[in-house]
This record gives sequence, C-alpha cells and structure tokens, in this order.
Amino acid sequence: MVGIVIVSHSWKIAEGICDLAREMAQEHHGIIPAGGLDDGSIGTDATRIMNAVLEADSGDGVVILADIGSSIMSAETAIELLADEGHEVNVVVADAPIVEGTVCAAVEAVGNGSLDSVLKCAEESRGANKL
Amino acid sequence: MKYLQLIASRIIENKDFLTELDREIGDADHGINMARGFKAVLEKVNLDDTDTGAVLKKAGMTLLSTVGGASGPLYGTAFMEAGKVIAGKTEISPEDFGAMLGAAIAGIQKRGKAVRGEKTMLDALIPAHEAYTAKLAEGADMIAALDSACSAAREGTEYTKTIIATKGRASYLGERSIGHQDPGATSATIMLEAMRDGMKE
Repeated sequence: MVGIVIVSHSWKIAEGICDLAREMAQEHHGIIPAGGLDDGSIGTDATRIMNAVLEADSGDGVVILADIGSSIMSAETAIELLADEGHEVNVVVADAPIVEGTVCAAVEAVGNGSLDSVLKCAEESRGANKL
Repeated sequence: MKYLQLIASRIIENKDFLTELDREIGDADHGINMARGFKAVLEKVNLDDTDTGAVLKKAGMTLLSTVGGASGPLYGTAFMEAGKVIAGKTEISPEDFGAMLGAAIAGIQKRGKAVRGEKTMLDALIPAHEAYTAKLAEGADMIAALDSACSAAREGTEYTKTIIATKGRASYLGERSIGHQDPGATSATIMLEAMRDGMKE
C-alpha cells in the first residue's frame, strides 16, 4: 500500500489530518505525521520527515503532503537525505492542499492504487470546488 | 572547530536583531529559529573532532532538524555541501574555503530555487564568494581575502534594502519590502564576519 506522510509546521495539524484520513482509510497503517520540531515548536524538520517516510513505506512508495513555506524545502531535503543514506524509497511530493489532498490520497491508497494514481488523486483535489 | 563555535555565538548574540529585521518584512522568527539551531549545534556537535568535513556535516544535519523555518534546510544544506568539499580533512586551506563557499551557495540555490537579486542570503554570499576568489587570485592571504568577502557581503546586504523581495515570506509585501534589509543576507554576513574574526585571533 502506498504510504502517506503529512508535513506541517504544527504537530497538531499533522496529527489531526492523519486522524481525519485514517477515518476514511481505516485499514491503512502507513499514514504518518511529521509535524513541528522535536521540542514541540512550530517548524519543519527534514530528519523527522525522513524517518516518517521510512515508517510509511511498505515497498510501494510514499506520497508526501506538505503545508506552507519551508515544508516543501524540508520535504525535498528529506528525499535527498534518504538517497544519501542509501535508502531506496520511491517518494514524491504532491502539489496539493494538505487536508483535501491527504484524504483523497488515503482513499486511493487504501483501494490499492499505485504511487502514480495516489499522487494524481492528491493533486486533483487542488481544483475541487467547495461551493 | 573554533570557527563554528564563533559563528554559533555570533548568531545567538544577534537573535533579537535578526528577529527584529524579520518582523519588518517576514514572520519575525529568523533570529529565534537561527539561535535555536545554533544552540543545538553547540550541544550536539563535537567541536573537538578534527575531521572538519564531519563536523560541518553534523552541524548541517542539526540545523535541518532544529531551525524550523526555511533557513533550516537552506543553511543546513549549505553546511553539509561545504562539509563534502573537505570530507576527511583536518585543515582548511584558502582554496578549500573558496570551494566550500561555492558549494554552500550552490546548495542554497538548489534548495531555494533562487538567484541573485531576489533579496535573499544569496545577495550577500555570491558577492562575498566572488570577492574572496578574486582577492586570492591576486595573491592575497586568507585573512585579506576574507576581509574582502565580508565587505562584499555587507554591501550585498545593504543592496537588499533597495530591491523587492520575490522569494519567501517577504514576497507577500511586494514594494513594501523596499527599505528593509534582508534578514537572511544579514545572518549570512554575520557568519562570514565570525569566520574572519576567528582567523584573526
């Protein structure tokens, strides 16, 4: 099953989005939060993201959903760290809103969608109208 | 690695100044974030390790994890890339330092997808690297080359007052970012000056 990592500056946001997504995809055990810093401060941490990707990966790859500002830079740094340390994980960052994208990705992943289709579902949520 | 220690203490000393600059055009966290990161560097990095490349790699990894804002991956990558240049070495030659600065700049550009003239740390670092390399080529020693680099970084930081931010949080301000110096260019300059002052001791 394709793993999902939620990168937010706030651990509360990351944990909350995971809870929400797991409700829609209860059999998915690879939806992993990577929010905030170790001391609970607001921020993003490339090492924390790297470890979350390793935890989320079951061999089918991982999609990262990220919030604002440095979250994308930290996610890209984490991907390089994985390669530097010799981990072979197929991991991509979705260009998608973090809440909607995660929910769409989780539903697609739990239906055994491929890495490509999970990424596509996450990114398609970008254009969804709410009203 | 007394240089790293000096860099860390200067950043920590300038915490409020950097945060104040960031309050004008950003999210008022640059000093707080950088000070937190360099405090962690002082705690976690073994400054007595003679393998300078390993020290810089560890410092970079620590910054990635503890700074929190965009400066974390940017400076973290910069230190790690600089460390790769001198992997396994215990001394930094004048040429090594030029190559380290060049690698750090390339790392920041890759990470931030930024170029010169966008009101970022690159506006201090790129002129500093050019000045350093030019001075060395004239036959100057490392301290004289670092002096030139620091003057160029200072000028580059002054120049950031005159331009509009197009990267990072300050870009939301558009023209209102004019008149304020970039916090990232400022912290980069402080680090170079710490390095130079450390060499003069």
